[in-house]
Amino acid sequence: MTRNPVIKVRNLVKKFGSFVANDNLSFEVYEGEIFGFLGANGAGKTTAIRILTGLSEPTSGEVMVAGFDARRQPEEIKKNIGYMCQKFSLYDDLTIRENIMLYGGIYGLGKALIRERTNQLLDRLNFREYGDRLISSLPLGLKQKLAFSVAVFHEPRIVFLDEPTGGVDPITRRQFWEMIYETASRGITVFVTTHYMDEAEYCDRVSIMSEGRIVAIDTPAELKKQYDAESVEEVFVKIARPGMKHGKESETADNKREA
Amino acid sequence: MKRFLGFVRKEFIHIFRDVRTLTILFGLPAVMIILFGYVVSTDLKNASLAFLDLSKDDVSIELTDKICSSGFFEKTADLSGYQDIDRILRSGKAKAVIIFGEDFGRDLEAGKNARVSIIADGSEPNIATLVTNYATAIISGFNQQLLLAGQVSVPVIVPEVSMFYNPSLKSQFMFVPGVITMIMILICALMTSITLTREKEFGTMEVLLVSPLKPVHIILGKVIPYFFLSFVNVVTILVLSRLVFGMPVNGSPILLLAECMLYILLSLSIGILISALAKTMQQAIFISLVGMMLPTVLLSGFIFPIENMPKVYNWLSAILPPRYFIVIIKNIMIKGTGFAHVWKETLILAFMTVILIGLAIKKFRIRLQ
Repeated sequence: MTRNPVIKVRNLVKKFGSFVANDNLSFEVYEGEIFGFLGANGAGKTTAIRILTGLSEPTSGEVMVAGFDARRQPEEIKKNIGYMCQKFSLYDDLTIRENIMLYGGIYGLGKALIRERTNQLLDRLNFREYGDRLISSLPLGLKQKLAFSVAVFHEPRIVFLDEPTGGVDPITRRQFWEMIYETASRGITVFVTTHYMDEAEYCDRVSIMSEGRIVAIDTPAELKKQYDAESVEEVFVKIARPGMKHGKESETADNKREA
Repeated sequence: MKRFLGFVRKEFIHIFRDVRTLTILFGLPAVMIILFGYVVSTDLKNASLAFLDLSKDDVSIELTDKICSSGFFEKTADLSGYQDIDRILRSGKAKAVIIFGEDFGRDLEAGKNARVSIIADGSEPNIATLVTNYATAIISGFNQQLLLAGQVSVPVIVPEVSMFYNPSLKSQFMFVPGVITMIMILICALMTSITLTREKEFGTMEVLLVSPLKPVHIILGKVIPYFFLSFVNVVTILVLSRLVFGMPVNGSPILLLAECMLYILLSLSIGILISALAKTMQQAIFISLVGMMLPTVLLSGFIFPIENMPKVYNWLSAILPPRYFIVIIKNIMIKGTGFAHVWKETLILAFMTVILIGLAIKKFRIRLQ
């Protein structure tokens, strides 16, 4: 894998009044990788994503996304990223084709190109005949897959997925992750937050946030080794437990071994 | 620009695929016009009257005929004595009783004042007032007729009242401008705030904000279709009220439409502002209805004259845009005045629009932080 960073964050701080939502974050995400962004609710994930997607300005620090400064060029960033949030994001009263036409148009793609890619997409998902059906008539799993396809329809450099598999059955989740892999193999970086720790195992690298800070960042295998854990879930629970929070990884691991 | 047009197109699809939106958009104005025009009419038509004629002379019979043939009244009963009055009023078969005393004919011949009594059902004050006013007017008209014919010789001062601009005092002339004012607030403020909060509630707003569309484009894209449709609506209402009630446009139609556009713009910015304050569609509906509809109906001078309100309400109504728009639209439609007579109100509305748009944009930005 090329180690070419598409997201560079240095000393990012975001404050709301006296509340520090992001406390000195520094990390990099590399091109074509699947980066899992984990953390308990209220750990500051959403704030960080809002800054990375140009929705919110950092209080201080340096944030580069797809080669653009999040503070000065948020509009450029927006052209180069895709986004899918936990709430379902297609329009229920529009057909599949109309939805795609809308989002494709918003990202500046020409009509002919949109039509061509729409046909390819529908073929790939095996629902060409549903193209003119209203979104509201589709099952949730299909909608979710479609929303993801629409998020990467304009071939962005990075796609942000904010808890994309919430409320979806295990089989669809699996198919969904196959789509994520396929997307990453095309060179699109995937930045994903999730509550399902088994999904974290599928990521190339994960970071774990707690109380506004990144307390661990590495490959799932390396993290499990460091924390002497069976799964990422165990790692997560150990980190999130009070009294063992910041920067004591090796100690904690050693203590555990001695015991 | 192409991005933007696609977005506007999508909003039109939303509107035309949703039966409820369409109903509110086009059904409501028609229903309101008909409702206010016919049902809430304050005109008198075929009000039931009972007569107690104890004199039974030529004049009393002639006057009775005159009252009944006026079109305002209908004779439902001839009473035989005073004891019937209470019964007929209680039964509701007559709104009022007109009584010619035994001496009516004799007094008239003798050159004395002849008396006619009108007893009205005061449990319905509005109708009672109307009935007595109309009946009095007919009687004094008859009086004058007698005078001219030389049948009576007492010189009396007879006031001649004529109504300018609305000669027959049609109440629709009062309601149509009010209904236009109300519907515009309803459709523009309510519908835009709903459509904007809907995107928030469904999570599509976030996706739009992350896209290269600028916030201004998102707002404009959502609002432009409603601007168009509201304008179509205004024209529909004007045509409808012309065809159904003969409501004229005495002033310049172009000025009228221009003022309507300004008012639509203002109502739309109120809608955007509401959507910035409301988190859900229900909140938006609540704010629009309670915050906009009620004051418009009660305080704008639509039904109740502002001059008669207590001072506090008078001040309150001064910050309501509908108050000024009603003045403008009444002046142009009924009096036929030009811009010279409505420029003050227009300026106030324009000023309010600028402030509201500024506030709306600011609120929208804050949300982005």
